[in-house]
Amino acid sequence: MIVADRKSLNEILDMIKDLKNILIIGCKGCVTVCNVGGSKEVGILASILKIARKKEGHPLEVDEKILERQCDPEYIEQIKDQVEDYEAVISMACGVGPQFLSERYPGCRFFPALNTTFFGGAVQHGIWEERCAGCGTCVIHYFEGMCPIARCSKSLLNGPCGGSAGGKCEISKDVDCIWDMIVRKKMEQGRLDDLLEFMPAKDWTTSRDGGPRKSVREELVQ
Amino acid sequence: MRLSYPSNVKIIQVPCTGRVDILHLLKAIEDGADGVYVAGCLEGECHFIDGNLKAKRKVLYVKKTLEEIGLEPERVEMFNLSAGEGPRFAEIAREMVQRIKELGPSPVNMKKAA
Repeated sequence: MIVADRKSLNEILDMIKDLKNILIIGCKGCVTVCNVGGSKEVGILASILKIARKKEGHPLEVDEKILERQCDPEYIEQIKDQVEDYEAVISMACGVGPQFLSERYPGCRFFPALNTTFFGGAVQHGIWEERCAGCGTCVIHYFEGMCPIARCSKSLLNGPCGGSAGGKCEISKDVDCIWDMIVRKKMEQGRLDDLLEFMPAKDWTTSRDGGPRKSVREELVQ
Repeated sequence: MRLSYPSNVKIIQVPCTGRVDILHLLKAIEDGADGVYVAGCLEGECHFIDGNLKAKRKVLYVKKTLEEIGLEPERVEMFNLSAGEGPRFAEIAREMVQRIKELGPSPVNMKKAA
């Protein structure tokens, strides 16, 4: 899923400092699963913003709404009758949400409440880790199901580097060296020789180096 | 035991402090409470395993949040005591009311009154 973190309250309060009524829109997709932009988090943010503004003697009216997803036009359409009643809308979706909203409703103001961080999963309740970099050309089959693009600090295809020590990466004791894990797994499975094969430089044009990306599935296009 | 405690403490019963939500605490502050506290069972003695520990984390979250927007985190607190400690319950109520009196009315209310 797409993982995100909520922006600091001061940053959000600063975005809406001159406004009197806003709508906060959550998303039932990825950000609900990573507990940052679902109905509960929308309620919490609305309450905090109201408290902060009451305290300043400059009350704020906040309405709450949750959409099935903010990355599909059919759901964005559902707010067409109410979106113009507000001075601004705060989206609690990933970075896609506020953009889809502002493309559909060009006359309205949309602010992001989240910082979208990575593609990952929950390693335990409350902790998410990066697993995919969305590079556009998956290579994890060469590395026993572990991605050195997303999980090696240098995205090395021919690792490990000299910064690997005791299974940890030199950037932090909290970061596992994925190359240490790849080598161990290759050894356990008796396929260490695979790593003698040199991996040529990756074609990064399928990643961000090729500019903004688009996926077209002709059998679905109407 | 007929113990008395300050009458301005409004009690909201929940089956276990694990039921207490961040929003319950925030709504109390938002609606004008000067302070709010959670009275849970002793740590390690939750009938539902870890309800009081979950409540503790939620109280901590609310404290940090209030601090971030410039409100005193002391307005929210978690206390632990057993169901058999009636006198301690009354003592906590007095302790919390005293603490809030020292802090004064919530700024959320003061601006409303002005």
